[in-house]
Amino acid sequence: MLVLDSRHVSAIRRHSEADYPAEACGLIGGAVDGDRKLAVQLVPLVNRRTDSARNRYLIDPESFRHAQARLERDGLDIIGVYHSHPDHPPAPSAFDRDHAWPRLSYVIVGVARGRAAEMKSWVLADDRGAFEEESITNEERKVVWQ
Amino acid sequence: MAVTVLIPTPLRPFVGGRDALEVEGGNIGELLDRLTGEHATLKPHLFADDGRLRSFVNVYVNDRDIRQLAQRETPVKPGDTVSIIPSIAGGTAASVGTQHAAPLPSQAAPVLSHEEILRYSRHLILPDVGLDGQKKLKAARVLLVGAGGLGSPAALYLAAAGVGTIGIVDFDVVDKTNLQRQILHGTSTVGTPKLESAAARIHDLNPNVRVEPFETRLTSENALDIIREFDVVADGTDNFPTRYLVNDACVLLEKPNVYGSIFRFEGQASVFYAKRGPCYRCLYSEPPPPGLVPSCAEGGVLGVLPGIIGSIQAMETIKLILGVGAPLIGRLVLFDALKLQFRELKLEKDPDCPVCGRHPTITALIDYEAFCGIGAEPSYDGAEITAEQLNEEWERNPELLVIDVREPHEHAIAHIDGAQLIPLGELPDRLGELDGHREIVTHCHQGSRSLKALEILKAAGFSKVRSLRGGIDAWAVNVDASLPRY
Repeated sequence: MLVLDSRHVSAIRRHSEADYPAEACGLIGGAVDGDRKLAVQLVPLVNRRTDSARNRYLIDPESFRHAQARLERDGLDIIGVYHSHPDHPPAPSAFDRDHAWPRLSYVIVGVARGRAAEMKSWVLADDRGAFEEESITNEERKVVWQ
Repeated sequence: MAVTVLIPTPLRPFVGGRDALEVEGGNIGELLDRLTGEHATLKPHLFADDGRLRSFVNVYVNDRDIRQLAQRETPVKPGDTVSIIPSIAGGTAASVGTQHAAPLPSQAAPVLSHEEILRYSRHLILPDVGLDGQKKLKAARVLLVGAGGLGSPAALYLAAAGVGTIGIVDFDVVDKTNLQRQILHGTSTVGTPKLESAAARIHDLNPNVRVEPFETRLTSENALDIIREFDVVADGTDNFPTRYLVNDACVLLEKPNVYGSIFRFEGQASVFYAKRGPCYRCLYSEPPPPGLVPSCAEGGVLGVLPGIIGSIQAMETIKLILGVGAPLIGRLVLFDALKLQFRELKLEKDPDCPVCGRHPTITALIDYEAFCGIGAEPSYDGAEITAEQLNEEWERNPELLVIDVREPHEHAIAHIDGAQLIPLGELPDRLGELDGHREIVTHCHQGSRSLKALEILKAAGFSKVRSLRGGIDAWAVNVDASLPRY
């Protein structure tokens, strides 16, 4: 289960709308507590796929490393990734699955004609066979935002 | 002493939750083999089925990517730190075209479902298409500029053929006068955006096709961003600024531009692909003066004609994707429907072409409206009159002379009682019939030709001349609802 608070949800939606019609992407920093993944801080990133940003996104290893280092300083782990599907439902594509990392939450937000729509979260099965939907829970928490 | 391997968060559950491991090995290959030998569930996340490191798994020795070193053979020594760093990728479509070959090697050709194999069986048994060709079609991304007369058959045939992604640029709404030729739309979609109508029809025809809508006018600001994402562009525009814009953008992005145009009973088609032949500017370096070539709305068009030319565009697009046959590069096909005759002109690349020649002067998109002289049209402020005003003035002043400058066959469809018919082409020779002291109002179908008539009359010394804004169409809407609109 992925636990987001309303600021995370609205930040992901805003980022997805701002980058439309390109895909927006970013990392989700937080902590794992049993079967709950608690999001604490988002790291919006630049989509590195300039050749076909409309239907692909890429977070390159350098960006990943920097984000990871920054989050680790705050005692956080990378618990997930978010990206948008412009004019497409928020379901993972075969391409998403082929390129997925296990255990991370893959939050996908559909953007219909520039307006953020449905948001869903997915986790790759350990055998890489399929993406399974996980629930998103909204909890308001007091956190220190930097 | 062993080498430290740093494990990224997503993989830690597979190594007992640890973030770093000490592993023995002389090079990266040995190290990873030992690591996945001890932690078998880690293996599928690092290696693809063929044993190669997955494209999105990056291995660094200290701060250097092994892809820049000796890959698996990269030596490691005690004290080195090896990091496994994710790159994270994904996206919407299940496939990408060859033009979009990404740095990620695992982008394989798309797979056809059983439904698709059945659907495309007549393609699959064609030796020149076959399974590979059909997969190319599925991976292809084609942009249609305009979902009108030419875009309609092109969209339908490309969708039916299984082109995976069809982008459509159009911002128009379906109008009843479109239905005579724009077979992508229907009576039930009159009044709705053409993009919606097109997407629904395409989805019904072939739900495997992804439609990417661009509800906008193609402009110098957005053209490169839109066209860049596609493999082939089929130009179905009805105006010169957009046609030059599409051409120049395709030349700059090195994309093939499958061109078609129609007028009345005649059509043209070619493939402008500057990498391999001439472009539209090699053929027509300058646009005609504004107003010289009437649009289909002014000049009319036989409804089947765009069906033929648009189908040629679809055919050429498919040939380019498949890489079969002789494309229309360097050839201009002229079609005459009345004679049912195809002729072919050879086109040469112009070495002095301003955009694709040896020393191009156009290296970025320009202001195409200005280039085509559209912004330079004279201002008609005060020279136009609305239908309501004309009705009112005419009642007060029966001496007002209303001249209909349309063609006789248009006059037969609908006319304003009391107006005198003098077709625009005859006007310069029939000025003597007009009384220079009377107030004159010219009118045509929609208000464009009557402005030309106004210029002719003013140049001949008639001073009290105005033009009916919106033509007889505005008259039918605002004054006399008994007139049919056409």
